[in-house]
Amino acid sequence: MIQTVTRPIAPATAMSATLVVARRALLKFVRTPALVGMGIVQSALFLFSFRYVFGGAIHAGASTYVAYLVPGYVATIVLFTGGGIAVAVADDRVEGFTDRLLSLPIPRYSIVMGRALADFATNAWAIVATAAFGFLFGFRLGGSIPDGLAALGLCLVFGLVFTVVFIVIGLLAPNAQAAQGMSMIAFVLAFMSSTYVPAGTMPGWLQPFAQNQPATVTINAVRALFEGGPAFHDLWQAALWCAGIFAVFLAISMNLYRKATA
Amino acid sequence: MTTVPLIEARDLTIRFGKVKALDDLDLTAPAGKVLAILGPNGAGKTTFVRAVSTLLRPTGGTLQVLGKDVSREPVAVRRDIGLAGQSAAVEPTMTGRENLEMTARLFGHPRDGARRAASIVIERLSLGDVADRRCSTYSGGQRRRLDLGASLVGAPRLLLLDEPTTGLDPISRREVWDSVRDLVAAGTDVLLTTHYLDEANELADHVIVIDHGHTVAAGTLSDLKASSGRDVIEVAVNDPSQLEAVGHILERVTSNPPRLDHNGRRASAPTAGGAKDLAIVIRTLDDTSVMVDEIGVRRPTLDEVFLTLTNAYVQNGSSR
Ligand SMILES: Nc1ncnc2c1ncn2[C@@H]1O[C@H](COP(=O)(O)OP(=O)(O)O)[C@@H](O)[C@H]1O
Ligand SMILES: [Mg+2]
Repeated sequence: MIQTVTRPIAPATAMSATLVVARRALLKFVRTPALVGMGIVQSALFLFSFRYVFGGAIHAGASTYVAYLVPGYVATIVLFTGGGIAVAVADDRVEGFTDRLLSLPIPRYSIVMGRALADFATNAWAIVATAAFGFLFGFRLGGSIPDGLAALGLCLVFGLVFTVVFIVIGLLAPNAQAAQGMSMIAFVLAFMSSTYVPAGTMPGWLQPFAQNQPATVTINAVRALFEGGPAFHDLWQAALWCAGIFAVFLAISMNLYRKATA
Repeated sequence: MTTVPLIEARDLTIRFGKVKALDDLDLTAPAGKVLAILGPNGAGKTTFVRAVSTLLRPTGGTLQVLGKDVSREPVAVRRDIGLAGQSAAVEPTMTGRENLEMTARLFGHPRDGARRAASIVIERLSLGDVADRRCSTYSGGQRRRLDLGASLVGAPRLLLLDEPTTGLDPISRREVWDSVRDLVAAGTDVLLTTHYLDEANELADHVIVIDHGHTVAAGTLSDLKASSGRDVIEVAVNDPSQLEAVGHILERVTSNPPRLDHNGRRASAPTAGGAKDLAIVIRTLDDTSVMVDEIGVRRPTLDEVFLTLTNAYVQNGSSR
């Protein structure tokens, strides 16, 4: 006689559900070579183009362009790779995986947390790889190593915050393709920031936005940390933005998961 | 001890904006039986399954699963059910075994318990040969069966299968049916939706026909056939170009819209008049040049019962 499955004694804890959800998302990422490789190749090519193609024509104040560009580029890399998060979330919803999760006796927030945890890891990979290319293309630390690590840490925090934004985009999009398209909104934050050129060179009407939006203040803080300059003022502004965006979009995403439909 | 019904819906209504996907639906599904929800596309089958799985909240009415209200005790309901939705939700980059172990962990099994549950399910669904291959290499039927397995690793009391064989080739359909029968034999209660009568016929003890979000009929298939099946007059002709003419005659005599099957060269229509109508049809045909191969009154097929039930609802519904 074939054995029968026994009923589990207790439902999964939030912690173990989160880890299982995260593990699956990470496995999917790692086992899709195109995802692992292309993001990095793309970010390297963009960095290369700005550094060597446009860089000569851009004057970014006193420092060399590579010293100006790399911190902002590393900090905002999630704005370019985050489309993949939105696509994965939309796919899970359309393909029924989200329904399966929602029908299981696990806390709803472990679905968001698992997703965010996995993306934290993939963001870390993108940030470290991009920073490595920065060094390869001539970037050097101006400050101490702990300051440099703090800068990378802030990049990770910014990445986590926007991960939740991309999860929301993935939940709102009708399908994966639309999620990819909608994710391009994030390019606005990347380009209308102080990543590529100082916000002060932009037209006056654009400046209030360009100077104060979340990407710019985060980039300024990351840049200050990499350069070893005073970062306090930019840091607390970045912290405020990050905390605010995180709280709002986390709440939206949990609410959307609750009524996610295919 | 009284037995709690598997599912009990009272005036269950679910709206999407202006669309009422379920409209005052009433149904009682007895425990210990395989229940099929039968209905055409858009009838509300998926919506009903999603409501039972606590993925959608009723807009009105009540829905109880094994005695627990889905709105008030969704968490308790989730502990009792296993869902295999309309699209097989298996992760293609993971192996079958990994998929099952993952779901088992989410059901609450510890690591070794999850491994054991996965192995048992693999054996039971005869997935041993493919269990350690990535699911991206599976056939449609294998994916379906794995998805079925994933809903089983938590040993749910009620298994929910939404259109388990839609899109499968005939051989894979048989495989899925066999798996479902095995589960039922092992004591799992099953609710499945389908728009195939033969599927309901193969698997279910109890059938509920729904259309436009309403219950149209309920009972065993033979009940349904007996209660709603009017006899059918069927005429087979030699020359398919004469089918139209035969159809007109059938319609005039029976006052029912005829069905014309050009490939089978047959025309048929339900009749209340039985042999009397048949005699009139034969006499009328005699006066024409139609070459009749075969003619007779017979019991309706399941398809005809189904069409009659759902059509009747459309007609009643529009005249209200
Ligand atoms: N998320 C949704 N938003 C709007 N309308 C929906 C939604 N889901 C289902 N419907 C509508 O509800 C009705 C029933 O759909 P469904 O339950 O999917 O039918 P079935 O599974 O029987 O084919 C259809 O008219 C469908 O268009
Ligand atoms: Mg459906």
